Amino acid sequence: MSIPTSSIEQVIPVQGAMAQPAKKARRNNFRFVSNKKAAAGLIILGIYVLLAIIGPWIAPYDPGARGDQLVAPPSADHWMGTTHLGQDVWSQLLVGTRSVMFVGFLAGIVATVLSVLVGVSAGYIGGKTDETLSVFSNVFLVIPALPLIIIITSVLENADDWLIAMVIGLTSWSWNARVLRAQTLSLRRRDFVEASRATGEKTWRIIGFELLPNLTAVIASGFVGTVIFAVLSEITLAFIGVTSNTTWNWGTILFWAQGQQALAQNAWWWFVPAGLAIALLGTALSLINFGIDEFVSPRLRSAGKTKIKTTSGRTVRMRIGFTPVIQKEASRD
Amino acid sequence: MKYFLQRLAFYVFTAWAAITLNFFIPRMIPGDPVQALITKYQGQLSSQAIESLYVLFGIDKDRGLWSEYVDYWKQLLSGDLGLSFTFFPTPVSEILSDSLPWTLTLIGVTTVISFVLGTGLGVLAGWRRGSWVDGLLPVTTFLSSIPYFWLGIIAIYLLTGPDSFFPSSGGYDIALEPAWDQWFIPSAIQHSLLPALTILISSVSGWILSMRNMMVTVASEDYITVAHAKGLPERRVALGYAARNALLPNVSGFALSLGFIVGGTLLVEIVFSYPGVGFQLFQALGAQDYPLMQGVFLVITISVLVANLLADVAYLLLDPRTRKEG
Repeated sequence: MSIPTSSIEQVIPVQGAMAQPAKKARRNNFRFVSNKKAAAGLIILGIYVLLAIIGPWIAPYDPGARGDQLVAPPSADHWMGTTHLGQDVWSQLLVGTRSVMFVGFLAGIVATVLSVLVGVSAGYIGGKTDETLSVFSNVFLVIPALPLIIIITSVLENADDWLIAMVIGLTSWSWNARVLRAQTLSLRRRDFVEASRATGEKTWRIIGFELLPNLTAVIASGFVGTVIFAVLSEITLAFIGVTSNTTWNWGTILFWAQGQQALAQNAWWWFVPAGLAIALLGTALSLINFGIDEFVSPRLRSAGKTKIKTTSGRTVRMRIGFTPVIQKEASRD
Repeated sequence: MKYFLQRLAFYVFTAWAAITLNFFIPRMIPGDPVQALITKYQGQLSSQAIESLYVLFGIDKDRGLWSEYVDYWKQLLSGDLGLSFTFFPTPVSEILSDSLPWTLTLIGVTTVISFVLGTGLGVLAGWRRGSWVDGLLPVTTFLSSIPYFWLGIIAIYLLTGPDSFFPSSGGYDIALEPAWDQWFIPSAIQHSLLPALTILISSVSGWILSMRNMMVTVASEDYITVAHAKGLPERRVALGYAARNALLPNVSGFALSLGFIVGGTLLVEIVFSYPGVGFQLFQALGAQDYPLMQGVFLVITISVLVANLLADVAYLLLDPRTRKEG
């Protein structure tokens, strides 16, 4: 029972720690449902992480090595076919995973830390601090991140994965920061925050123990969103040919596929796997997001069964805070 | 009104900051990009064009950064963005004014449709959590994870061809001249259907997800319980109480994610060779056409800024608290 739970805690330790064990009894009812999504996401993500680590070693061919079979469909030799130079698409995909995962997570972490720092302090402290931080994040917000990333990386020569991840992370935090700020703004007016302020709690404690637990879902979805965005950005940069095409990632594959008329040659094996890999990775991350979301806020989890059929055949919709009372033969007319 | 003016002033400031950033980025280019460009187009550049390029990108050691900055502003305000190298010797501003309407129409219309549709479905999915609507979520999650441009590639692969109704590239039939007549407009619409559909499919799921999450959060609030307890009809609680409150973060999300959406949709233009600014940016990248790149960047930035202002107005109308705080 606790295995999926602890793995969530490993991925997002802060959130896991916040879910206090005191309320365990009530949560157990729904734990299975909530963990199913998270577990599925974590398994898929785990496979990607594994491939990111071992991919370059288990790849059957050198991704750049030319072969005899040009633009060949999938076969026993080449599981995902070959490119215009006879390169093995499956090997390119495997080798490319590392770069994609690395950039996604590094950029995600950088952006999340920045967005929490800026967003929550702006929303909670308010006044001049809020104005200054809002101006700061709005500058980054208004400037569309992807074109900015494209322009910066096209100016930087030979940008490596570290640099790309930093550029993406430093330019894409503002979205989350603003969402967090808006959410903090509405939270700080709530009774429990007012109460802890009235009892003289320190600001950092109110932020850390009253606000952040209530923002977890937003922060988590922000992190997931940023990782997806970072992955997409990196792939985009490679796809439009801005970054050097010496390191393989999934965008590089698509870049060559597009440039070498894979569409006109009906070479679906060339561009379909990379896109599916991206979409599956994004799906896995979102599933984890759902899991965390339901794990940290028990009330969100009342999803399981909201409709119950009574013996008399009527459907009753369960709702938080209400005890359903079935009227017999009353409200039918 | 005071609030609105404050926001306006705020956006003017942000625009200034964005333009200033736009001034500094090309100065990060190692070496002397202007000299490189001049060498590349030897003899084709007038001395006036060279002068203008130096103002936009150049590092002139004789003059201070400040006087360069002042000149940069002077040149921007007079609408001079330099000459494009991809379409030599057309001025960048002319290329942009040709391509911007395409982008604004395509992205504007699809984004608004996508937001309205997604928010509506999100309200439904969030409110009816636990019902069959939840079954849609894995599908939408999957769709929102697909890169726009890849979906475009797939759409071209599957839906276009010699006999297909959908054209695979361009913004209108090449046999036609752009004009507001009965031949050009249907052709333009026909060409925009597939890019629009691509953008719609990948972006709508994001709105569904965010609205659903907000609805779920809001649905467990006390005021919802109170509304139920008062015996208000389900519809009214869902729309008037839950959705009204859940909409706020989504509206503020709308404006700010415009920057992201525009970024993504520019790629759709690239895949479909749609004659908007995204396609121009792509061509500029290939040719290292810095003036055009900078111009595209500036135009996108300012459009997003205006959209932010509009969303702020919407937020102002929707949330009484912002009006009170001033």
